[in-house]
Amino acid sequence: MILLGAASDLGFLRFVLRRALLVLPVLIGVISLTFIVSHVVVADPARAWAGIKASPQTVEAIRQRYHLNDPLVTQFGYYIVQLASGNLGISPVTGHSILEDIVTYYPATIELAVAAIIIVMALGVPFGVISAVHKDRPADHTLRLLSLGGVSSPPFLAALLLQLVGFYYLRIFPLSGRLDPNLNMPPRVTGFLTIDSLLSGNLVAFGSALLHLALPATALAFLSWGFVVRLLRSSMLDVLGNDYVRTARAKGLKESVVIYKHALLNALLPTTTVVGYIFAFMLGGSVVVEYIFSWPGIGRYAANAIITLDFPAIMGTTIVYTLTVLLINFLVDVTYAVLDPRIRL
Amino acid sequence: MRSPLSAFGIIIVLGFFASAIVISIVGPFILPYQPNQINLANTLAFPSFAHPMGTDDFGRDVFSRILVSMPIDATMSLSVVAISIVLGLFFGTLAGYLGGKTDELVMRTTDVFMAFPGIILALAIASALGPSVPHVAEALVAVWWPPYVRIARAETLAIRENVYVLAARAAGQRTLTTIRRHVIPNILPPLIVYATLDIGGVILVASILSYLGLGAQPPTAEWGRMVFDTQDYLFSQWWLPMFPAIVILVTVLGFNLLGDGLRDMLDPKRRLSLR
Repeated sequence: MILLGAASDLGFLRFVLRRALLVLPVLIGVISLTFIVSHVVVADPARAWAGIKASPQTVEAIRQRYHLNDPLVTQFGYYIVQLASGNLGISPVTGHSILEDIVTYYPATIELAVAAIIIVMALGVPFGVISAVHKDRPADHTLRLLSLGGVSSPPFLAALLLQLVGFYYLRIFPLSGRLDPNLNMPPRVTGFLTIDSLLSGNLVAFGSALLHLALPATALAFLSWGFVVRLLRSSMLDVLGNDYVRTARAKGLKESVVIYKHALLNALLPTTTVVGYIFAFMLGGSVVVEYIFSWPGIGRYAANAIITLDFPAIMGTTIVYTLTVLLINFLVDVTYAVLDPRIRL
Repeated sequence: MRSPLSAFGIIIVLGFFASAIVISIVGPFILPYQPNQINLANTLAFPSFAHPMGTDDFGRDVFSRILVSMPIDATMSLSVVAISIVLGLFFGTLAGYLGGKTDELVMRTTDVFMAFPGIILALAIASALGPSVPHVAEALVAVWWPPYVRIARAETLAIRENVYVLAARAAGQRTLTTIRRHVIPNILPPLIVYATLDIGGVILVASILSYLGLGAQPPTAEWGRMVFDTQDYLFSQWWLPMFPAIVILVTVLGFNLLGDGLRDMLDPKRRLSLR
């Protein structure tokens, strides 16, 4: 209902258009920067793209094929044409088309990121509220330490620790992968194993998918959890100082109603805008987490590319990651405009 | 100080820098063992009094290796932050003071850089440059400088309308001199506070790059790399990957606690409270 109301509002449509137009110069800038990194920053682009093991003839062939002897402006032209046709090049290490590989691995990363965001919100919001309500008391201090700890920890710490405890000591969770190797993969509809297994009614696969999702998603969530706790704490504190909260208390409403119904809902609004930022952060962390859990997503693909110095693949994943973040931020802005009509003015 | 935690932060940070300085000056003399000394008779040892963090698969003392990489991380993170401050000062003051087209150009450029997820851009640039510590520093600067430009610009905008600046301009002072004498000294403190908070972040991202093979090359010790090299021993000799990872956590946490405490102290709302 909100959506229909929003869509029919001309101001909203104008907002979406304006926001879309803002992305354009950034998009051009992003493509230019990736061009500069892949053609100028690299010491010898032809060598880098041909791969470390390539023969001099292959390197020369690559140099011809990608017009690397031409002036930079010409090269940029070719670069844009190549990108526009969706061609990210061929990886010298795997031999596959990079775009194909990325498309194959993409859904796994999205599934992992979504699961991680759910965990972050589910665990971050309540603790943020607790922290705000018990401001400056021991609970607040403990949570502050834990939050900063989460934000300060390298991604491999949480991942390795969870493997050690969850798999090795407790023997509850599986070590790696998305699904028990003995089970059949459900027919691919969305690429999300959780949804696909439910769609085909395969509850065993669903359970296995969830179990496999648990540890990597938690490891990923650990990085941003502290951030959400602190954010919610400060926005709750802001809201709790407001007049309408005092009014609600003066009316004699129960404290819990005051906190949850009036304050929390308003404190949540700034948190939703931050989802895009958290998502970008998680894409970064997913490189390490996916590698450690052998999760077949773009993160692991990127990690392998970096470890083997597969330069075309590295640039391909950089472009895909950045475009994804731009899209998510755009969607978040639009969602915020739907939720908060004041923005559309 | 509102929280004793911030005191911890100061201790950790001071300890980190003190050790880094001592180790870089006195060098291998103060370390319990040579960090690269291989001892195949005593590999994968459990932590003991002789080897407080055990030995790795080459028999090298883990504790010494962790200590010896402190100067590397300290200098790298300080350089990255220092260069970012300089770049921020340069572009931020120009953008804020001159306004107009310059401002537009600078802001659009920072927008482009900030559109990339930070770690991803750092990985791409570091891979392009080749694996080595200076290249990691360069890649990190490329990712780190935009927020400094924004802060410098915001502060410059605020200062630009101050009476003494207007007076200087009315008296005919050249723009560059004004910036140098009036603007920069006043915007430096917030930048330095932000930088202090930031050093931890630099160390954290540097450790990720190092983990993926882009930093110091073996046999040189670096924390992230040490985790990667020993992660296969996670289930048998868990201390080998865990100790470097925890050291990274504690170091970065120290900086974040310090920064958090600093921010609380400088929070304008606090000064108005009756406490």
